[in-house]
Amino acid sequence: MSKLHVSTKVNGDAVEFLCDPRETLLDCLRDKLNLTGAKEGCGTGDCGACSVTVDGRLVCSCLMLGVEAEGKEIATVEGMAEGEELHPLQKKFIEYAALQCGICTPGVLVAAKALLEKNPNPTEEETRYWLAGNLCRCTGYDKIIRAVMDTAADMREAS
Amino acid sequence: MNYHSPASFAEASALAAASTGVTRFLAGGTDVLVQLRSDLVTPDLLIDIKKIDGVSKITRTDEGGWTLGVAVTGAEMSEHGELGRDWPGIVEAMDLIGSTQVQGRATLTGNLCNGSPAADSVPAMIAAGVTLTVTGPDGDRVVAVEDIPTGPGRTSLAKGEVISAVNIPPRGDNAGDAYLRFIPRTEMDIAVVGCGVSLRLEGDKIIEARVSLGAVAPTVLLVEDCAAAIVGTTLDEAALEALAAAASAACNPIDDKRGTIAFRTDVAGVLAKRAAKIAYARAKGENA
Repeated sequence: MSKLHVSTKVNGDAVEFLCDPRETLLDCLRDKLNLTGAKEGCGTGDCGACSVTVDGRLVCSCLMLGVEAEGKEIATVEGMAEGEELHPLQKKFIEYAALQCGICTPGVLVAAKALLEKNPNPTEEETRYWLAGNLCRCTGYDKIIRAVMDTAADMREAS
Repeated sequence: MNYHSPASFAEASALAAASTGVTRFLAGGTDVLVQLRSDLVTPDLLIDIKKIDGVSKITRTDEGGWTLGVAVTGAEMSEHGELGRDWPGIVEAMDLIGSTQVQGRATLTGNLCNGSPAADSVPAMIAAGVTLTVTGPDGDRVVAVEDIPTGPGRTSLAKGEVISAVNIPPRGDNAGDAYLRFIPRTEMDIAVVGCGVSLRLEGDKIIEARVSLGAVAPTVLLVEDCAAAIVGTTLDEAALEALAAAASAACNPIDDKRGTIAFRTDVAGVLAKRAAKIAYARAKGENA
């Protein structure tokens, strides 16, 4: 079968690409659109390094085909900052050094942003359960959780 | 691999019936894509059913039950509210599957058709008496959930058949359901044993019950001896012991690194008792 044409929106921009039906959304984001923020960790939906949102819903882009993106709105880590201005979560992750090697970080940030949009005042337990699908082998999670909780507090204060 | 996204179940069924190679239906894809990726199953034909009208709808039926489209995700079920008040066991069982990311895609139908004996939502659906509408080359038929799995990774669905709706019965009064599973950690794991219980009371006495066990046999089991052990009782200590004994007696598990035969057999009894207590409390209108 020849390649399929897909029209979709990524971080607010209309984009088009041709893909083989076997290619995942992650393959398409990285290899066709050069958006290499989302990472392939496991490729089987266990690690969360490829997390993006599709129509506002947090998903693993490795568990979705590129062709399924037709007509959807995708958001990746590349869309979090407003120009040079980092998202509050990104700033806090730097401030707290809530990362080491950084492979999991784009996925964690996208997942944490989705959490705070759904629940601006999560408990630590809710935060840990929400992020249970984002594996980090460097930090031991504590700094990540503290960064998310404190960003949530800052954002509540600011709003 | 050919990819199609038909506009109706009749069309989906016709595509599958006419296919000569390996066919898979794609809903959430949380199992199908993993199998594709790991070269376990590379379909010649992939039929995406998410473009069919109504597949993402949760609808209250005229009789007071629910019809769920086959692409309704776990996240949508958890967010629904009313569905969870009627059938907390089903919604909680679905919610136990995978991460937030997986919940954003995974479906009841996919969990069932993947054919895993450890599928968390399946014992809850069987206990609840859920049925499926199946569309095939000869039209629609209605099948009970317990009649779908035939062994690990296998189902009773014939070539060209596709599940087109999930039918949850009316909850009715004085009734409750629950699902519990054992895993050695708190999140992101596969059931070592799972147990679903649904029951109805008249006063303090149980007048109807269905009990289902997962991960203790080649398919999820509907255990009639468990129901018989508690129907007519007030779920007193003797009834609970009889329930546990019936649950353990129904087990025919495998021995593997996640649980031995002896462990799974014992835990089946423990979970049956605990799930029955929760379902009973819910039937009494208590928060559990």
